[in-house]
Amino acid sequence: MESIGCQDKYSSAQIDIWELRLYVAGQTPKSLKAFANLKKICEDHLEGKYRIEVIDLIENPQLAKGDQILAVPTLVRKLPEPVKQIIGDLSNTEKVLVGLDLRHVL
Amino acid sequence: MNKAKTDTQTKITMLAKCPTGIQGIDEITFGGLPQGRPVLLCGKAGCGKTLMAMEFLVRGATQFNEAGVFMAFEETAEELRQNVTSLGWDLAELIKEKKLAIDHIRVERSEIEETGEYDLEALFIRLGFEIDAIAAKRVVIDTLEVLFGGLDNAAIVRSELRRLFLWLKSKGVTAIITSESGDNSLTRHGLEEYVSDCVIRLDQRVVNELSTRRLQIIKYRGSKHGSNEYPFLIKENGISVLPITSVGLDYSVTNEWISSGIKRLDQMLGGKGFFRGSSILISGTAGTGKSSFSAHFADATCQRGERCLFFVFEESPQQIIRNMRSIGIYLEATVNQGLLKFQALRPTFYGLEMHLVNILSIVNEFQPDVVILDPISNLTFGSNDIQIKTFMMRLIDYLKSKNITTIFTNLNEGNSAFVEYTEIGVSSLADTWILLRAIESNGERNRLIHILKSRGTSHSNQVREFLLTNQGVQLLDVYLGTEGVLTGTARIVQEAKDKAAALAQQQKIEQKQRDIERKRLLMQAQIQAIEAQFEIEQKEIERLIDIEETQQSFLMAEKHKRAKLRQLDS
Repeated sequence: MESIGCQDKYSSAQIDIWELRLYVAGQTPKSLKAFANLKKICEDHLEGKYRIEVIDLIENPQLAKGDQILAVPTLVRKLPEPVKQIIGDLSNTEKVLVGLDLRHVL
Repeated sequence: MNKAKTDTQTKITMLAKCPTGIQGIDEITFGGLPQGRPVLLCGKAGCGKTLMAMEFLVRGATQFNEAGVFMAFEETAEELRQNVTSLGWDLAELIKEKKLAIDHIRVERSEIEETGEYDLEALFIRLGFEIDAIAAKRVVIDTLEVLFGGLDNAAIVRSELRRLFLWLKSKGVTAIITSESGDNSLTRHGLEEYVSDCVIRLDQRVVNELSTRRLQIIKYRGSKHGSNEYPFLIKENGISVLPITSVGLDYSVTNEWISSGIKRLDQMLGGKGFFRGSSILISGTAGTGKSSFSAHFADATCQRGERCLFFVFEESPQQIIRNMRSIGIYLEATVNQGLLKFQALRPTFYGLEMHLVNILSIVNEFQPDVVILDPISNLTFGSNDIQIKTFMMRLIDYLKSKNITTIFTNLNEGNSAFVEYTEIGVSSLADTWILLRAIESNGERNRLIHILKSRGTSHSNQVREFLLTNQGVQLLDVYLGTEGVLTGTARIVQEAKDKAAALAQQQKIEQKQRDIERKRLLMQAQIQAIEAQFEIEQKEIERLIDIEETQQSFLMAEKHKRAKLRQLDS
């Protein structure tokens, strides 16, 4: 466990910027909430070393296929590898952290 | 106001149907699946749901020019493509032509973390995108239950599903939703609550070591449908359901006669042969020549230029062709011309239902005028009486409705006391029943043919002997001796005897005629002799009379002379 943690620290230390993609379907209350939650978590845990891209599937429906998006809102961590998917409005911070594997950075 | 008008209009028009193109399904649903509505296709694992759903799309694309979208949750697009190549469907081609779209949706529970409220709008968007991209009218979702396994929040899944089906209806696509059956319920997760317009269940049962696939339309709102279980086959080009809808014994008949291939047999059958479209049973014990008669009929059919389908359940087609050569029937030529088709089926391979489905689908494909089944006794091995009788009834009924003449041969296992009994009571289904028998006498077995019945024609009630010569089947004259019919060498002996007797008779007559002639000649000779005699005597007597007269006249003359001399005073 520790070794993996070290490796993660090492790899995430290498990668400066986290690439996060938030898939939404229009400006619904859920998507707005998710965005707000995401921003908060990133501010709290990533200290600016992140990039959030919001993709509106209504505008670009074909992008859902590429990342295998099923639900909205969905947060996809593109970098660092491996790709992780988190669905929901991200109100459960604990689960978001687990899902993004953000704990080790702390 | 206009809305009210259109409402009443839609009330009067019937439910629009979406034809599937799958053989048999459009018949039992009287037109196809309900247009624009979701259909639930459920069944246990391995029943053929994905296959049927895929066939629905493929045929929609190729036969009805309707594009389709396949949303796959379980298999990837590549796997699906590979799985259906054996059926001859080229999905890659259809995808290129924009007639088909396959979208694989990965739902991997370990990769998903649920963190709050969400909905499945992305799924809708993906589906909508695919549908709009190719203007699809048909959709398959296989299988939604994966969502239940992949996502924790069952409440969200359920409400989204409800929304999905309403959404599908609003899109106006006909959708097939597949789902796995539970032990006692139609679906594991209760999808039938949402998709309740039409429910079709597939089933695969193993009875007597033989498996049969069945399909049943459990529910079809707004339309008449066949509600029995229909057996179906997965054939080399898709699914084939055969709905044997023999509602009534109502089929048209012809008055046309066709020859049996053996002239004297035609004569025995009222002089003309069989009615076209009738069913003929040839039964007999082993080795009596049933297949030979069938081969004659097949040959006669092909000589007329008609098509004949010969089902063989006991020998291979090559064996039959070879064996029939020995009696002068050459079937190879007709096979090569495509008029005669042999179909060999292993009887123990399928159950009766499957045999029926298979036979009828081959008949549909080949469109023969004559069908021969040789022998049916093999087919019915291992089934009970009811099944056998039903099978035969349905088969014959179907063939009659297509006006196809049928010959079926049956092997009688019995001793001669029960020859008129076919084990399966099938004789009542046949219009003509020809019984072939082997009779033993004088240490040999000879073959006899009886016509036990022939509906609608007068037929000979004489039993006849027949031979399998190298010019085919030859029927011989009836030979009645003092003990009854004589056959074989006894007949030959009797024939010789009769010939000898006839010869003797002839000679006797000739003898008598010679006798008469002789007597006549004799008589004539006698008459001549008597006449000659008479003439001689007549002459003699005339001469004597002459002499007497001369004497008399001389005496008178003398007397006068004497008187003159005596100068008699007187």
